Amino acid sequence: MEQILLFAPLVGALICGFGHRMIGEKAAMMVATGLLFLSAILSWVAFLTFHGNDHVIPLMRWVESGGLSTDWAIRVDRLTVIMLIVITTVSSLVHLYSWGYMADDPQWKEGERYKPRFFAYLSFFTWAMLMLVTADNLLQLFFGWEGVGVASYLLIGFYYRKPTANAAAIKAFVVNRVGDFGFSLGIFGLYFLTKSINFSEILDPHTAEAISQQTIRFLSWDINALEVITMLLFIGAMGKSAQLFLHTWLPDAMEGPTPVSALIHAATMVTAGVFMVCRLSPLMEYATFTPNFIIVIGATTAFFAATVGLVQNDIKRVIAYSTCSQLGYMFVAAGIGAYPVAMFHLFTHAFFKAMLFLGAGSVIHAMHHEQDMRNYGNLRKKIPYTFAAMMIGTLAITGVGIPLTHIGFAGFLSKDAIIESTFAAGAGPAQYAFIMLVIAAAMTSFYSWRLIFLTFYGTERGDKHTHEHAHESPMVMLIPLAVLALGAIFAGMLWYEDFFGHHVEEFFGHSVYANHDTNHVIHDAHSVPNWVKVSPFVAMLSGFILAWIMYIKKPTAPAKLAEQHSGLYAFLQNKWYFDELYDLIFVNPAKALGRFLWKKGDGKVIDGGINGLAMGIIPFLTKWAGRAQSGYLFHYAFAMFLGLAAIITYFAITGGAH
Amino acid sequence: MALTDSLLSLVIFLPLVAAFILMFVLRGEDAAAQHNAKVLALVATIANFVASIFILTSFDKNNTGFQLVETHEWLAGLQYKVGVDGISVLFVMLTTFLMPIVIGACWKVEHRVKEYMIAFLVLESLMIAVFCALDMILFYVVFEAGLIPMFLIIGIWGGKERIYASFKFFLYTLLGSVLMLVAMLYMWWDAGTTDIPTLLNTHTFDSADFTILGITIVGGIQTLLFLAFLASFAVKMPMWPVHTWLPDAHVQAPTAGSVVLAAVLLKMGGYGFLRFSLPMFPEASAILADFVMTLSVIAIIYTSLVAMMQEDMKKLIAYSSVAHMGFVTMGIFAMNQQGIDGAIFQMISHGFISGALFLAVGVIYDRMHTRDIDAYGGLVVRMPVYALVFMLFTMANVGLPGTSGFVGEFLTLVGAFQANTWVAFGATTGVILSAAYALWLYRRVVFGDLIKESLKSIADMDTREKLMMAPLIVMTILLGVYPALVLDLIGPAVSNLLDNVATAQGVVETVAPVVSH
Repeated sequence: MEQILLFAPLVGALICGFGHRMIGEKAAMMVATGLLFLSAILSWVAFLTFHGNDHVIPLMRWVESGGLSTDWAIRVDRLTVIMLIVITTVSSLVHLYSWGYMADDPQWKEGERYKPRFFAYLSFFTWAMLMLVTADNLLQLFFGWEGVGVASYLLIGFYYRKPTANAAAIKAFVVNRVGDFGFSLGIFGLYFLTKSINFSEILDPHTAEAISQQTIRFLSWDINALEVITMLLFIGAMGKSAQLFLHTWLPDAMEGPTPVSALIHAATMVTAGVFMVCRLSPLMEYATFTPNFIIVIGATTAFFAATVGLVQNDIKRVIAYSTCSQLGYMFVAAGIGAYPVAMFHLFTHAFFKAMLFLGAGSVIHAMHHEQDMRNYGNLRKKIPYTFAAMMIGTLAITGVGIPLTHIGFAGFLSKDAIIESTFAAGAGPAQYAFIMLVIAAAMTSFYSWRLIFLTFYGTERGDKHTHEHAHESPMVMLIPLAVLALGAIFAGMLWYEDFFGHHVEEFFGHSVYANHDTNHVIHDAHSVPNWVKVSPFVAMLSGFILAWIMYIKKPTAPAKLAEQHSGLYAFLQNKWYFDELYDLIFVNPAKALGRFLWKKGDGKVIDGGINGLAMGIIPFLTKWAGRAQSGYLFHYAFAMFLGLAAIITYFAITGGAH
Repeated sequence: MALTDSLLSLVIFLPLVAAFILMFVLRGEDAAAQHNAKVLALVATIANFVASIFILTSFDKNNTGFQLVETHEWLAGLQYKVGVDGISVLFVMLTTFLMPIVIGACWKVEHRVKEYMIAFLVLESLMIAVFCALDMILFYVVFEAGLIPMFLIIGIWGGKERIYASFKFFLYTLLGSVLMLVAMLYMWWDAGTTDIPTLLNTHTFDSADFTILGITIVGGIQTLLFLAFLASFAVKMPMWPVHTWLPDAHVQAPTAGSVVLAAVLLKMGGYGFLRFSLPMFPEASAILADFVMTLSVIAIIYTSLVAMMQEDMKKLIAYSSVAHMGFVTMGIFAMNQQGIDGAIFQMISHGFISGALFLAVGVIYDRMHTRDIDAYGGLVVRMPVYALVFMLFTMANVGLPGTSGFVGEFLTLVGAFQANTWVAFGATTGVILSAAYALWLYRRVVFGDLIKESLKSIADMDTREKLMMAPLIVMTILLGVYPALVLDLIGPAVSNLLDNVATAQGVVETVAPVVSH
């Protein structure tokens, strides 16, 4: 069964991508979509029938060299099955949704068959993601990791005519490779230390404990081995999950079609980093510096991305920054050792964030591919179902629920669980994180409601014609929204006990590890003061009220405020100038250096120096050879060969054997 | 006589015989004769590939010695001795596998076709002989003689600057090989034999330090010999800073020439390190390992940066080849199982990938007669199959897991990390840079809108081109998913090599104090 659910998407991708000329466009898309639904059904079966019977299904040998031995395999444990349902559920719904969204894309010319390609990429992505989460060693995880990266690259650059899409695709791939740089070194280091990269060995807590007592000479320093390894691996996670410093690709990735943003850049691929940290929990548990670093990066990202999200005008970019910010929350949870809580938010976030994106897609579809919210307004009556979906998504992400109970939208339970756990984790970085996360919660609420108000309330702005023709999306797009809405409403309440409540340990079993000598964070999180439990709710409320005042009550206020604080506004509008900074310190110098090494290094120094002699000879030779026309080459070669033979013969006869 | 008795000779000489037939039997210059020349060459190379499969089937991977050995007396005390072991057998296979594709890539050539085919057939014989030679002098002869057909291929069938490029290529490689010849003659004098198995197994070259002109040579004779061989192999690889002949040679070479050059000729240097430098001068290898690894890392970073700025497609891929060969030398001199396994794997895999990339450039060069990146853009609109194939090999070049490019890169880096973390750190930046230049190339050539008037009627790959690419696609993915096909074959031989190196170092270390007193 696991084999079928794993490879069905690959088969779908291949049939759809290569077979569409034979079986036709519709049939190809049908095959891809059908196989994904099959995969999704089997995933749910796997999830619901899983009762702690962790096992590994080996498939085939892979890289084996000396002591290094890796297999293609399917690892089935709680972490895997959670990821399976997240990936296949969202993916199958996105496949379905794309039937409507991609139906007649104005970016393509008459007769261009772009749809099978799109579905093939989506299915391929899904397969790679499944390979990632079912890996039983770091190498297969890395295979999936890179596979989803390629799929993401291809889908961001799907509109290959658009220069911005191409640039964004390359940026996504290259920035991710910066993360992979760390990830790879982490794998090398781990092999160096443990002579294995298989989970059965490296995830043994004894191994982690042993490494934590070693030092490794890394570059020119002797450092604690475990800190080095975990740090390097986390750099990989930062790239894939768009954490601060390596986040710049994610907003640009919105160049891809919206269903892609929902699947890859919200629900699944970007959470791979969080999954990886949870998967490697035994290593993280025995490290001290790295978890603290994760907490600080996560918290700062949550804050940073939220601030930028406040002022974006492109509907997809708002949600993209929101994703970035929510990933920060997950990392904080993982950093403090509350891995189940991180997975909880990953799980609920997948539903409501996919829904927000698909809802945004529905709005964009209705508005003839207009994405600027300044040209929206008052759409709630024209696209009521989309409006309802977006409302549910917003209620979920902002964390609406009844304080001090376990009743609320999905985000209410998972986000509050993170904030409570963070408070419970005590002083130091966790305290910083707690403050940042509460502030970010307020901002999350503000930008989410701002999006709702600008889009669905107020007056109609922008092109009149577009507004007149705004229309509700077809059923194939609304059904996925409805299914995800169920998740956004109920996922938190249904699985609260399993991810954060009383059943955590039996639910997760051995798939995540908590060192009980030092880590009681989930237990402690339940006994935090009530003001802590209420704080995210208050933050949410204040964000909502502020948004309501600024965008409903006094719609002139935002412009005025932006004018008064033009410096700050520009700073946020330009995303803290990260892109400019990176161009200045990385991209441009690399290009300049490349040009310098080429022209000066190769050209002047090497060719000029070593080759100087040759340069003197060549004109002479060509002059001499010129007379002999093209035949000179034969002569020259023949002369060389004769000379060679002569030398050898001479030695053979005289000095050969003493 | 059993087939295996002279199997290697059959594979070595079959192309040469075909070349002779072409030279003396085939007459005429008309189109029919040209076509016949191509067909004969194709049949010969395919037959040779089929013959070489028997090498693989009769090869015992658990036997770490030389197999299929043939010895014949040659002139004046020299011998013709050939054989294969786990290290060399796959290079033979790589060569015979690629040659039919290379001949296929010549199909559109109309200038002096017969001679062109002869050049490639002779080259094939020489290349296979390099990997099979078990006599040092035989090795030298075929190693250097291989230059001649390549030199001619560039010089006669090359581009506008072919004379400059072919001489540059020739002088560079000759410079290195003179030193190697001197070293070999010394070894002959010192050991009294040119028999490679004997040199490997029973002879040890002195590695005691000595002082000459006030300079102490650490590692003594071994170090000098090592450096002499390095001079030759470094040029062939090519390693930084003696790499600048390669971009020029590639740019001027015809497509088929580029494919052979990148796919097989560059591997001779790496093979030489494994056959001579490491096992025969183990002490010097240990002393100079960090030096070679440093050069390798410089090569990876330097040439990747330079590749990023190229405006000529072939130059870009040539620079990328230098970077990939950097991983090979790094892996070899990591001197551990993963490093060397990875280095050999990387060489084999690079044969397929770089070959395919040069073919891919050839496909559009044949149509547009320019290698200028700026002359293209938006090819995907008219050439979807081409776009797919080029994407696959771009990703393989970038080292995407699931392609053969990944396995070699990964293993060499695992090996390097165990030897020196600085080296691994520096070389790993290559994964970022390679993504940048490869995707940037792809974006400029294939993506974007097709607006250039000249490209409006460009045609997608034809059947011949698809047939040439297909085997390379299969190998790239097959070895990426199931690398055991290669690793199982080379593993025992590499492990044996490392054991011998370790033993030799152990022996020398115990002897050394006595000598230095």
